[in-house]
Amino acid sequence: MTEISVPEMSLVVLVGVSGSGKSTFARRLFTPTQVVSSDFCRGLVADDENDQAATPDAFDVLNYIVATRLRRGLLTVVDATNVQWDARKKLIDVAKAHDVLVDAVVLDVPEEVAIERNAARPDRAFGPHVVRRQSKELRRSMGKISRDGFRRVHVLRGVEEIETATLVTEKAWSDRRELAGPFDIIGDVHGCRVELETLLRTLGWRIDPDGTGATHPEGRTAVFVGDLVDRGPDSPGVLRLVMGMVGAGTALCVSGNHEQKLVHALNGRKVRVAHGLQESLDQLAAEPEEFRAAALTFMDGLISHYRLDGGKLVVAHAGLKEAYHGRASGRVRSFALYGETTGETDEYGLPVRYPWAREYRGRAMVVYGHTPVPETEWVNNTICLDTGAVFGGRLTALRYPEREIVSVPAERVWYESVRPFGSPGHREPEVLSIEDVQGTRHIEVRHGGGHVKVREENSAAALEIMSRFAVDPRWLVYLPPTMAPPETSRLDGYLEHPAEAFAEFAAAGVTRVVCEEKHMGSRAVAVLARSPQAAAARFGVTDGTAGAVYTRTGRSFFDDTTELVDRLRRVCESLMDELGSDWLALDCELLPWSAKAEGLIRNQYASVGAAARVALPEAVAVLEAAAGRGLDVGDLLDRTRRRLVNASRFRDAYARYCWPVSGLDGVRLAPFQILACEGRATAALEPHSWHLERLSALDDPLVAPTRHVFVDLASQESMDAATGWWEALTAEGGEGMVVKPLPPEGARAQPGIKVRGREYLRIIYGPDYTESLDVLRRRFLGRKRSLALREHALGLEALSRLAEGEPLWRVHEPVFAILALESEPVDPRL
Amino acid sequence: MLLTISTTLRPATDLGFLLHKHPDRVQEFEQSYGVARVFYPEAGPERCTAALMLEVDPVRLVRSRGRSTPDYALGQYVNDRPYAASSLLAVAMADVFRTARAGRCHSRPELAAGPIPLEISLPALPCRGGPELARRLFEPLGWEVEARAVPLDEGFAEWGDSRYVRLSLRGEVRLADAINQLYVLLPVLDDSKHYWVASDEVDKLIRAGESWLAAHPDRSLITRRYLGRRWALTRTAFARLAEIGDDVEEDLEPPVEEEPPATGSGAENAEGTGSTAENTEGNTEGNTGSTEGTEGAGSVGVAEGAPAVASARPLNTLRREAVLGVLAELGAREVIDLGCGSGQLLGELLRRPEFTRVTGVDVSAQALALAARRLKLDRMPERQRERLELFQGALTYTDKRFAGYDAAVLMEVVEHVDPPRLGALERVVFGVARPGNVIVTTPNAEYNVRYEFLDGMRHQDHRFEWTRAEFRAWAAGVCGEHGYRVTFHPVGDDDPEVGPPTQMAVFAVGGGAGDD
Repeated sequence: MTEISVPEMSLVVLVGVSGSGKSTFARRLFTPTQVVSSDFCRGLVADDENDQAATPDAFDVLNYIVATRLRRGLLTVVDATNVQWDARKKLIDVAKAHDVLVDAVVLDVPEEVAIERNAARPDRAFGPHVVRRQSKELRRSMGKISRDGFRRVHVLRGVEEIETATLVTEKAWSDRRELAGPFDIIGDVHGCRVELETLLRTLGWRIDPDGTGATHPEGRTAVFVGDLVDRGPDSPGVLRLVMGMVGAGTALCVSGNHEQKLVHALNGRKVRVAHGLQESLDQLAAEPEEFRAAALTFMDGLISHYRLDGGKLVVAHAGLKEAYHGRASGRVRSFALYGETTGETDEYGLPVRYPWAREYRGRAMVVYGHTPVPETEWVNNTICLDTGAVFGGRLTALRYPEREIVSVPAERVWYESVRPFGSPGHREPEVLSIEDVQGTRHIEVRHGGGHVKVREENSAAALEIMSRFAVDPRWLVYLPPTMAPPETSRLDGYLEHPAEAFAEFAAAGVTRVVCEEKHMGSRAVAVLARSPQAAAARFGVTDGTAGAVYTRTGRSFFDDTTELVDRLRRVCESLMDELGSDWLALDCELLPWSAKAEGLIRNQYASVGAAARVALPEAVAVLEAAAGRGLDVGDLLDRTRRRLVNASRFRDAYARYCWPVSGLDGVRLAPFQILACEGRATAALEPHSWHLERLSALDDPLVAPTRHVFVDLASQESMDAATGWWEALTAEGGEGMVVKPLPPEGARAQPGIKVRGREYLRIIYGPDYTESLDVLRRRFLGRKRSLALREHALGLEALSRLAEGEPLWRVHEPVFAILALESEPVDPRL
Repeated sequence: MLLTISTTLRPATDLGFLLHKHPDRVQEFEQSYGVARVFYPEAGPERCTAALMLEVDPVRLVRSRGRSTPDYALGQYVNDRPYAASSLLAVAMADVFRTARAGRCHSRPELAAGPIPLEISLPALPCRGGPELARRLFEPLGWEVEARAVPLDEGFAEWGDSRYVRLSLRGEVRLADAINQLYVLLPVLDDSKHYWVASDEVDKLIRAGESWLAAHPDRSLITRRYLGRRWALTRTAFARLAEIGDDVEEDLEPPVEEEPPATGSGAENAEGTGSTAENTEGNTEGNTGSTEGTEGAGSVGVAEGAPAVASARPLNTLRREAVLGVLAELGAREVIDLGCGSGQLLGELLRRPEFTRVTGVDVSAQALALAARRLKLDRMPERQRERLELFQGALTYTDKRFAGYDAAVLMEVVEHVDPPRLGALERVVFGVARPGNVIVTTPNAEYNVRYEFLDGMRHQDHRFEWTRAEFRAWAAGVCGEHGYRVTFHPVGDDDPEVGPPTQMAVFAVGGGAGDD
């Protein structure tokens, strides 16, 4: 019985004449979706599996399916005769283009068997000459098929071997996903043995006295990013230690370009001796032959990269773009060892590296070395650990999964760098790509689970607002979600009332809620850093700003927010101390409404008021004159008089939220939630009582308090008290209140319900809404509620990603999605 | 909501015959969005007044529209329709006084045929352009006009006047003409979006005005205002985002074409403020442009008296020609217009076969729709269509689709980007897309003193306007950072003192800092 072994992620090309039993073979050993057959594709494009005229189109389709599956990393089997070299060549090219290995399985049956089988099938009308021709082509191929570019050619001879062969799949060498760590990933050592030992000890490792191994009491695994050798004082010593660790299973090591070149040199191949190679050669020459041989075997066997921890971690010497993770090809190895270059050289004659990390969008963390940097820096979930130990910098390790950087200084400059090392690095700002936001999107969210879908047209509307008006995306870490009102009240004269909000939360299993005064101003998000330096460190903003205050659509408040930001930074200093953070983000309301919305108020609200207050008195006068003539206009006259009163109440309703400001004079800010600070998405973690307590400690005339009451939903008394509080609040002209579950809510309950006051609602439903309450009660909350939940989940997702130090594009994605969802058509009065 | 028509005809009560409405009755007429009533507050032999009062039910106004046209903006709910003399009133009037409008009256045919003394009063007429425009439109039709602006809010005197005017018209005018004039001119003066009127009604309004409109000196303004705003129907998502940001939607509208109000000839004004290029097809730039220009300048008589500026041709034409000239000189074949607006440059590029690949990018979906319409994309011959690509993109996001061109054009684009975001634009265009050449034009702020009526910047969406020195400093920074060389060129009249109205930089990839 023959066992066929193919790589787990690969292309398998079946080769055999028509009637050799390829389809039966494929059916027996692979799943139906793994097999792409030319007959099937011919049927797809021609409705006839034997229409030979459709063959070119059929192979277009076949190649497309194969390419798509390989791009997605799926084992794929091609069921076609493939007896001709050029047919196989095309498939090998597709596999190479996707950096997967390709195996051939040749099914070699006697010609007569194939002819007989075809004759028995009514749909194969072609004569025996076809099989004979294919058979001849196959025989011609067999001599050199092993040189086609297949990793391996499996040949099954005769019906029996074909029918009994079994299949196994081999894991890729790079696939060590079963290892979950914890890991200590160590940057380029370059023969700095002493520094390596110091670093390992600092990390808690115990090094064997003879320097041939090390173990960690907590069972950690070391991962070396390559470039153990060259330039430094003791490459053999480093090799001895690492070889021992790898041999004992306490370390993994990927190949660096220096190992590769050293292997070539030791194998006697002609290489240019430069970049510290000579040091290694000299040092190794002093070692016993036995060690040299062992070192050569070790270095020669190093692979290009490892995938670890379920695929969440990738280690490669020069980094690796996502499309290459877990793949195997010459160019994957070349990328992993040397990185990608632009083909240009810099002023020191060194190749200019292509900034692949800037474009990296993969979910796996990529840890690498190769290019000395003065400081390690996270770029899109990738990090370079080469801090130039051999050039007198430091030797650096990353603790995984802790994401903690540990480094030790070099004992001295062991080797002079061609390019000056240690000068402040030119920090490349993170750049967002259109692919981060455009089109229909499905965004994973951890709060509420699952994903949130954003439709393409909403993304398009948001793109315009975002790119024309929003603040720098590095500041734009959050946008406030929308909030739903309660079910409509049945109480006479009310559209909204606290009772329905309490009932909704009680039904959702919530026992305690907080009612927060709803300030009527403009929603504002304030992101504040202690200093421009802290802003640069945390947000990567290097223009000297230390914060931003922006609206619900991400637009900066006022033309210049410096004064407001500086004032708020001072106000929040003690809060930052308490939180142990150099920055924080606040959700607030900025008052008065007219400070930001004066244009809107004048254009929309005041205009309606002006028209009403000039037209209605005239209408009343005309109707009174008509009534005086004895005409029956009684109802209309009464109604018009009432509308005149409504118009004046409407005017009072908006005017209450307007007052003149000059600079910051007159401006007030009412923060009601601490969205996030260093390492913590507090909005997702802390109850509202925590937020309100800390914010009430902010003492400054600029800061307006957020009045609130806590309510026990099991107590009618408690609810009645809150209702009374709301009535008083709205009677003095307040907008209303927001009811929120006190502990961080479950996924299904609304994060908050706004209960708006009777007079305030005139701004929303129009001056005369109280005249047609019965009609207005028929309102539908479903969409609004669903939207509120989705936007809330996205907001928390953005904050969580921010707190966890995820790259800019990952934070921007859910923030952008909130703006996109806000353009969805929902009754704007809700 | 209220319109009164009075006459001092003897006997004045003949007005009842002319209007076909009895002076002693209150008559009701159901409209789809409310009820119109006609009654007479006075009906004496010397003076008789008919009142048309339209009670708009705002809830019904919204509910009467299908779900297929969801104007999900709060403006749909809280608006002046229940109070103002808008197109709703015009439509109701046309319906209620149908016979009078046709000039028919069996019992008093001679009165219907000729002018009679009339007094028409509208307490709250929305009037974009103020009392001045109301006078300008009604006086040529033989009316004595009394128009007073209504203050926006007495409690906030600093807010100034509202867009409403209290209007009284007195004159000897044929009643049918008077009704027809109101029917057309009320919505013209209002000039806001017609989203409360079905679009076929807009067409009806146009037809009604045709007969007397021809002789009106402001006929082009009247027709333009009718047609110009119809596209607004499609902007709901944008409107919604404007509203939640406490912004006025109009203030956020994309700058499609722009030119400051100028001192000079009508031609210099030809593209006025933003909305001209947004007109629907059928309005050529020439006939609508000059009115828009004078309107924007806020003064009617400037065009004649002011000294002509050096160039009689509009600046944006000169700018396009300058860019086309540079592209030809560079021998560029594949060109991407970043911020293509309504596609004027694209059109020129497509007319020249040497440009084998022409791509237009704009962040505004609306601008792209206008470009598609202007370029007649759906009727474009296949060979030409193959050379053109149009898509939405933003200059602050890197985009693979921007790469691979000989030249990129950023014509009047950078000044619409907030200064803190310019770095991102530079990286996207010069760092990542890296075309062989980049052409950037932007206003020269020094030249602004030559625009007599300009207050502030040339367009409300401009985030800055640079002096020549500032522009050069910026360009030099870009060159140093991204490895380009740059040369500078004036566009338009190169004033010895303040330089040209538009400045242009031509970048070429490779080499160090900028030379001149």
